[in-house]
Amino acid sequence: MDSIYHKRHIGAQELTGPILIVEGVENVGFGELVLIEQDDINRLGRVLEVAGNRAVCQIFAGTSGIDREKVRIRFTGSPMTLPVSEEMVGRVFDGLGRPIDGCGEVIGEEERDVNGNPLNPEAREYPRENILTGISAIDGLTTLIRGQKLPIFSGAGLPHNEIAAQVVNQARISKEEDFIIIFAAMGIKADDADFFMRRFEEGGALSRLVTFINLADSPSVERLITPRCALTAAEYLAFDKGNHVLVIMTDLTNYCEALREVASAMGEVPSRKGYPGYLYSDLATLYERTGRVKGKEGSITQIPILTMPNDDITHPIPDLTGYITEGQIVLSRELHQRDIYPPIDILSSLSRLMKDGIGEGRTRKDHPDLYSQLYASYSRVQRVRSLASIIGEDELSEVDRSYLRFGEDFEGKFLNQGKTESRSIEETLNRGWEVLMNLPESELVRLSKEEIEEYRSK
Amino acid sequence: MGEGVLYRISGPIVVSRKTSGLKMNEEVRIGDEELIGEVIEINGEEAVIQVYEETTGIGPGANVYGTGNPISVELGPGLIGRTFDGIQRPLVVIKEEQGIFIKRGLNPKPLSRDREWEVDIHLKKDDLVVPNTIIGEVEETSLIRHRILIPPGVYGKVLEIIELPGYRVEDTICIIEDKEGERREVKLFHKWPVRKKRPFVERLPHEEILFTGQRVIDSIFPLAKGGVAAIPGGFGTGKTVTQHSLAKWADADIIIYIGCGERGNEMAQVLEEFPKLKDPGSGKSLMERTILIANTSNMPVTARESSIYTGITMAEYFRDMGYDVALMADSTSRWAEALREISGRMEEMPAEKGYPAYLGSRLAGFYERGGRVKVTEDRIGSVSVIGAVSPPGGDFSEPVTSNTKRFVRTFWVLDKELAYSRHYPAISWANSYSGYFDEIAKWWEDRDIPIRSLRIRVMEILTVETHLRQIVQLVGEGALPEKERLTLKEAELIKEGFLQQNALSTVDAYCSPEKQYRMLKMILDFGEGARDLLERGLPLFKIIELPIFSELKRMGVEIENEEIDKFDKLAERVEKEFEKLKEEYG
Repeated sequence: MDSIYHKRHIGAQELTGPILIVEGVENVGFGELVLIEQDDINRLGRVLEVAGNRAVCQIFAGTSGIDREKVRIRFTGSPMTLPVSEEMVGRVFDGLGRPIDGCGEVIGEEERDVNGNPLNPEAREYPRENILTGISAIDGLTTLIRGQKLPIFSGAGLPHNEIAAQVVNQARISKEEDFIIIFAAMGIKADDADFFMRRFEEGGALSRLVTFINLADSPSVERLITPRCALTAAEYLAFDKGNHVLVIMTDLTNYCEALREVASAMGEVPSRKGYPGYLYSDLATLYERTGRVKGKEGSITQIPILTMPNDDITHPIPDLTGYITEGQIVLSRELHQRDIYPPIDILSSLSRLMKDGIGEGRTRKDHPDLYSQLYASYSRVQRVRSLASIIGEDELSEVDRSYLRFGEDFEGKFLNQGKTESRSIEETLNRGWEVLMNLPESELVRLSKEEIEEYRSK
Repeated sequence: MGEGVLYRISGPIVVSRKTSGLKMNEEVRIGDEELIGEVIEINGEEAVIQVYEETTGIGPGANVYGTGNPISVELGPGLIGRTFDGIQRPLVVIKEEQGIFIKRGLNPKPLSRDREWEVDIHLKKDDLVVPNTIIGEVEETSLIRHRILIPPGVYGKVLEIIELPGYRVEDTICIIEDKEGERREVKLFHKWPVRKKRPFVERLPHEEILFTGQRVIDSIFPLAKGGVAAIPGGFGTGKTVTQHSLAKWADADIIIYIGCGERGNEMAQVLEEFPKLKDPGSGKSLMERTILIANTSNMPVTARESSIYTGITMAEYFRDMGYDVALMADSTSRWAEALREISGRMEEMPAEKGYPAYLGSRLAGFYERGGRVKVTEDRIGSVSVIGAVSPPGGDFSEPVTSNTKRFVRTFWVLDKELAYSRHYPAISWANSYSGYFDEIAKWWEDRDIPIRSLRIRVMEILTVETHLRQIVQLVGEGALPEKERLTLKEAELIKEGFLQQNALSTVDAYCSPEKQYRMLKMILDFGEGARDLLERGLPLFKIIELPIFSELKRMGVEIENEEIDKFDKLAERVEKEFEKLKEEYG
């Protein structure tokens, strides 16, 4: 083994947090993988900066226990890679892509740089095929599209994990074919990881699952690599092997915090809330590894989950994410407290790609107008409710009162559903019509007369 | 040529030592893979270089070579209809050579060297030429005749015209003897540094509207040809959809669309959709007048920084041919963030929110390249610039938005509340403005459309409505007098029937000047008529109960641009219905 690590060095100059600085090195390249060895310590790291004969390395498992004089540092001459093969399906890896399920090493068909390369916009195909999840709020109003990145913006204590697990268990490509699920956990609690595993098992997803796990008590800087391993595997399985891949990444907030930790240890100039100025570009290198490619069978769809600190949607993490992803599913604490599941705040949620994935031949011909009408009417409900709280319900006009009834029904019958209940798109849309019938016909301006004739009875 | 040796590497910004002979903004090549970079700071023997490609694996000791030229773009036939990255590398060629992913170390020429162009030559021997004199014309696409120009800085006399059946871009087309008596060979293309304005004779006042077919823009907050506008809006407010609508429908000759740090799937949509869409003027494919620059968010941040300059330089080049060019940059905030990221890596002292202190002057430098200008004594061209701004957290006081406001005259604010209620385009009537309204008033007058008075009335109703809404919040609508409730209904008609426009409807996506006028007049006349009825003692609910009231909200999607006479019928019906009510109530 020794011979391939052509550059080695004994002793470091400086240790601080996850950063190790070594001097007197030669021929070290930016971004290359380093191995840290000392007695029984074996750790991986990456070169973050080189200046002359001084290299700044980021150690994924941190520098705790490292002896400045004794540590041996080997520079591998290449960036971090992941062996990829179809054998990865069904296996469990740690946050750096090493197997931890006791089933031995994966024999890679190829070694891939985990950082990947940007997809050429000319090679992309615009995604149009929907993924039906059996959840009315998603299928009806924020339809997920194959090749889309649609994050869940959640808050501490909200049921984002349940929703993600339900999507994984209920989403199908066709009767015969299923998605390959790639699950990347970054700094989540062991309980949450167990919950996902249990739900995946119940849904029969284990045999098509690739798992990368970095738990809350795993080294935090390792989290910076976890999603990259997951997406490298996803690109291989999708674009080389023609599979449809669904990537669930949770929790991006932990990822961003690890990024901030490294940036501050490097003494970089912080931007908003102490996060580095390149947070947008860095997140983009994850989220943009999604999509469809012309002439290729497979696709990558991402559902990243992030918990908004303090439920603040203007916090840099959800804010920058929203600028990169194609929409967002926002969870509402108020709906959750009223025991409505899934507590999706329809008015701030959005799927940017849905318009081309719904309608005649895709879902049903009335879907686009129905969606538009439900949105418009539900947004009116909010205004009527705040008015009612001031002047009292009795003072409202008849039309306004009908909006209150519609609001109740919309939340109770359309949004609300069971955690394992899977509704067909027909049922979802019919329920949409049913709740709209609380409103007088003159209020249904987004629907055409013909549509109202045809579907009102359903 | 200058050279140096790489010393420090940290992401896209590298430092070379022992440099000599490198100039500021010079293009350099680094290492064996010849990565492209640009000198952005020189300090003694140290030069700071921004690298336009991924720097992984590059280490100290790599050689740096100067090319002697500033970072430039190639200008000549073969630009239209194509897609480039931020430093004008053709993405299709990269795809052919590297497959679906963009790897580094490939530097294909922007213009094809093999393709031959037939040139219709206008000059003859002994003609006097100045910069921008037309040598000849090439039919680049069925919409655009590409004029081959004498490059800036060349004055003199034609010594010789070289006649060929077909010219490749590197072929010499004519030889000029300049004022110093030197021979200058002029080819079909020339290079121009992206960070340098192309010269012109003088700036001209704005006269004509950049007609976009978008009602809220053309009738209420118009942009002039050669004007500059910004569209700020938080995520999900429809910036990109609005930019796409403008790119599709604006009546410019050439559209340059810069996807600057935006989504890959959005670029894929543009690439797929534009070739299929028809230009409303000519019926030809939109790609026959469009150039795309795609530097998505995951492509190198340095190329994102230069992408807007690459775009505006090409825009100026087509302006010099006498065309009206519209440039859309989506989004300038991503560009500013690239600037911030680069500045941070150079360890410069940050100003507001981490942005460098020169953010304002760089923004000014970009927007000031827009304008309507006299290119030569007998030729006028324009570049209109429309920049999207993505304020973090929707906070309009942040540096990019507030600095942009200093340099643009039209400001289309996208409102979150409107977007949430799916009112698109979500352009806020309360906060947007246009400084071009007076300058282009003549354009509407020439069409006999009294847009000014209608616009004043619309803004009046909307302003009153905002006040009334506040009262309604407290006391409910029922407590208002009938007249004021009518104002609310009028505002509802204006919003739902006029300001909203459905970009997905084939009928509504583009609205002709005549149709805009008739729709607005229809709505305002309805309001007037209703007011008259109220004064005769009719209750309001009788008026809004009329089926025609909700029909007025659907004029946009139901009446085609070519069916203007339907408005006459509609007006007749309104009159009849009103007459009937009058009779009923004596």
